[in-house]
Amino acid sequence: MRHLLTTKGLDSDTAITLLDVAEDMADVADREIRKLPTLRGKTVVNLFFEDSTRTRISFEAAAKRLSADVINFSAKGSSVSKGESLKDTAQTLAAIGADGVVIRHPASGAPQVLADSGWIDAGIINAGDGTHEHPTQALLDAFTIRRRLHGKASRGKDLDGVTVTIVGDILHSRVARSNVWLLAGLGADVTLVAPPTLVPADTSGWPARVEFDLDAAVDTQPDVVMMLRIQAERMHGSFFPNSREYSRRWGLDDARFARLGTDSIVMHPGPMNRGLEISSMAADSQQSTVREQVANGVSVRMAALYLLLSGDREGTK
Amino acid sequence: MTTAQRPPTPSLPTRDLPTHTVPTNYLIGGAALPDGTRADILLADGRIDEIGTGISAAGATRIDADGLVALPGLVDLHTHLREPGYEQSETVLTGSQAAARGGFTSVFAMANTSPVQDTAGVVEQVLALGEAAGYVTVQPIGAVTVGLKGQSLAELGAMAASRARVRVFSDDGFCVSDPLLMRRALEYVKAFGGVVAQHAQEPRLTEGAQMNEGALSGELGLAGWPAVAEESIIARDVLLAEHVGSRLHICHVSTAGSVDVIRWAKARGIDVTAEVTPHHLLLTEDLIAGYDARYKVNPPLRRREDTEALRAGLADGTIDIVATDHAPHPVEAKDCEWDAAANGMVGLESALSVVHASVVANGLLDWADVARVLSQTPARIGRIEGQGHSLAAGAPAELTLYDPAVNRVFGTDDLSGKGVNSPYLGVTLPGRVVSTFHRGYPTVLNGQLQDASLIADAGRESPRG
Repeated sequence: MRHLLTTKGLDSDTAITLLDVAEDMADVADREIRKLPTLRGKTVVNLFFEDSTRTRISFEAAAKRLSADVINFSAKGSSVSKGESLKDTAQTLAAIGADGVVIRHPASGAPQVLADSGWIDAGIINAGDGTHEHPTQALLDAFTIRRRLHGKASRGKDLDGVTVTIVGDILHSRVARSNVWLLAGLGADVTLVAPPTLVPADTSGWPARVEFDLDAAVDTQPDVVMMLRIQAERMHGSFFPNSREYSRRWGLDDARFARLGTDSIVMHPGPMNRGLEISSMAADSQQSTVREQVANGVSVRMAALYLLLSGDREGTK
Repeated sequence: MTTAQRPPTPSLPTRDLPTHTVPTNYLIGGAALPDGTRADILLADGRIDEIGTGISAAGATRIDADGLVALPGLVDLHTHLREPGYEQSETVLTGSQAAARGGFTSVFAMANTSPVQDTAGVVEQVLALGEAAGYVTVQPIGAVTVGLKGQSLAELGAMAASRARVRVFSDDGFCVSDPLLMRRALEYVKAFGGVVAQHAQEPRLTEGAQMNEGALSGELGLAGWPAVAEESIIARDVLLAEHVGSRLHICHVSTAGSVDVIRWAKARGIDVTAEVTPHHLLLTEDLIAGYDARYKVNPPLRRREDTEALRAGLADGTIDIVATDHAPHPVEAKDCEWDAAANGMVGLESALSVVHASVVANGLLDWADVARVLSQTPARIGRIEGQGHSLAAGAPAELTLYDPAVNRVFGTDDLSGKGVNSPYLGVTLPGRVVSTFHRGYPTVLNGQLQDASLIADAGRESPRG
C-alpha cells in the first residue's frame, strides 16, 4: 500500500488485511510495554489544516506506539496562516525528510493532490478531506463492528449481511462516504437516513439505499445504527428548520433507542451533540461503541502506518 | 472600423522604412474556401483584391495553400486579456499573440480587469494597447455595473461614445443577478445598439460551488453547481429581453436545459443569442475525478448529455457562436488543491482544433458553419466593423489558413500566451492553424508567430478601415 487516500476502490482483501493487522496492534495495547520498534527512525508528520484534536492525538499515539518520530504541523499560527501554499508546505516537509504525512484538510481531494503532485515522496494518509473521505474512521468503524460481532474470532472475517443504517448529514459527511464504500465493499447492507436537504444530489451510484424516515429504519432492527454529528453551521443554512425539529425527526432519542433490538450496536464518530442527534441513554448504553471506537482508532491507525511505512514501500526505492 | 468613427492614426515622421517591412501583397494559391471550392486569393492594401482561379500577380508574395481551408479571420466574443491589472496572467500583447496563433483576427476583451473596464478611459486604454500590439483587433467590452459589483450601472453611454465604441456590455465572472438592474441595462443599451452579455449564474444557488452538481460531485465531496442556477437566469433574462424589446446575449451556455430554454425563446421571437465554449463542446466532468485543477472552470464541465445537447444546439442554430472564454492564470493558481484553484482555461490557441474535433469531424458542422459560428456571427453580435466578412473581393484581408488533415499532440509549444493552463496538453487534436492574416499582413505564417516589432510596425503602417 503506497497511500491511504480513500476507501472507494479499496478492495475487500486489502481492507481485511488492514483490519487483521489492526487486531495484532490491539494486542500490543494489552501488553505491559505498549510499544513496537517497527517504525524506529521514520518520521511521521501530522499535517492538520483543520482543528481536530481527537484525530490528531489518535494518529500521534499510533505513530509513537510504533516508535516513529512525530512532528505535529498545525495550520494555525504557522506559515500556512501567512498564505503559504500546499505545494510549499509539502516541499518543506519533503526537505525535512518526512516518511509519512497524515493530512487533514478542508478541501476535498487535497490528499490526492499531495499524493499525485510529485512535491513530496512520502506515504500519504488521508485523515479527512473536506466533504470527501475519512478512510481511517471508516476502517475503525468496520473494525469495531467486526469485534462486536465476532470478538476474538474476528481475523479474516468480512461484514457479509450485516445491516448498517447511517443517519444524519450525509451531504457534508466524509465519514458517511468512507463508510458507504468500505462497509458495502465488505458485504454489509447499508442504508442512509437523512433529511432530503442533506442527501447529495444523485446517489444512484452508491452501494446504499437512501431513506428519509428514521422510525421506519429503526423498525427494521438494523445490526448497526451509526449517528453522524450535525455541525453547528448547518443550523443556519436552511437545511432544516431548527435543531429541535431535526432532533425529533432524525435524532436517536430514548424512544427510538428503546425500539432497537438489544443486539443493535449504536455508533458515533464523535464528538457527539448529546440531546441533538443522540440521546445520553443511547450514547452511554452497553450497545454504544463510542469509547471503543476511540480505542480502536489507535489500533487501526497503527495498522495503516505500519502497512504504509514499514520496510520497502511499494513503488519506492 | 471606419475612419469616420475612429480617427486615422497620426501620420508618422518620415523615415526610411526598414528593409524587413512586412509585405502586404500576398497571393494565396489553391485554398479551399468554406463552401469547398478551390480558389486563389490575392491580398493587396489590406483588402481581398481578387478571388478566383488562375490569378497571377507580379510582385505579390506567393503562399501555397494546397490542402488548406481558408476561413474568414476568427472573431472571439469572449476573451480575458487581463491587462490592466493582472499582467502576470496575460497582457494585451501576449493575449493578442495567442489569438493570432489560434487563427483569430479580433477578440473582445472582457471587462474584469483592474481597474475594471467600466469607464471610457479604461476601455480606450485597452483599445490603444491592442492597436499598439497589432496582432488582432482588440475590441473592449464594457462592464454593466460599476466595478462589476452588481449595484449601479456603469457609464455605458460614455463607453459607447468613446473611441473604443463599446457595444457589448458584460459583468462576466459575475452574474447581473438583480432583476431590476438587468432590466435597466437591457433597456438602456438600446440607445446605442448595445447588447448585454449575461454570465448566467444564480449566485445563491452556487455559493461555494466547485463543479457540476450530480453524481460525481456527491462522490468527490465537491460543492455542486446545479444546472438550474444557469437555466433559471437565462429563463428570467429572455423574458426580460422580450418585455423591454432589447437584445440579450448569453455567455458560455453549458447545460442541456439552457439549450432548451434558448430554443424556446428564439421560437417565440425573442432577440437572444448564445455562445458555447470549445471546452464545453468537448470535455466532460469525469475529468475532475483526480482533482486536477486544470479542469476547474466556470461554468463547470458538465455531463456527456449536456455536451451532446450543446453540439446539437450549435448545429441547429439555437446556439449562435463559439467563444473561447480564454482565461489565463499563472502556474500557482492551478498548482494547488481544487478549492483553492482559480477557474478558467486558456482556449484561443486550441479553439479551432477543438471545434474541429467536437463538431466538424462528426459532420455536425461544415467549414461554412465554422466560418459562421467563429467569425461572421460573433462579429455581427458584437457590432464590430472590418471583421466577419465572407471571403470575397473587396472584403477586409482578415483570414485564416487551416490545415484540417494533420493530427498533433497539443503541447506548450502550441501556446503563445502567458498561460499554460490548457486542458489539452498531451491530448491529440486534429488540425493546425497555418497562417493568419490581419489587415493584409501575416501575424502567423507557416505556423510561426511573427515577430512583435514587425507586427507593431505593420499595424502602424497599414491603412485602418
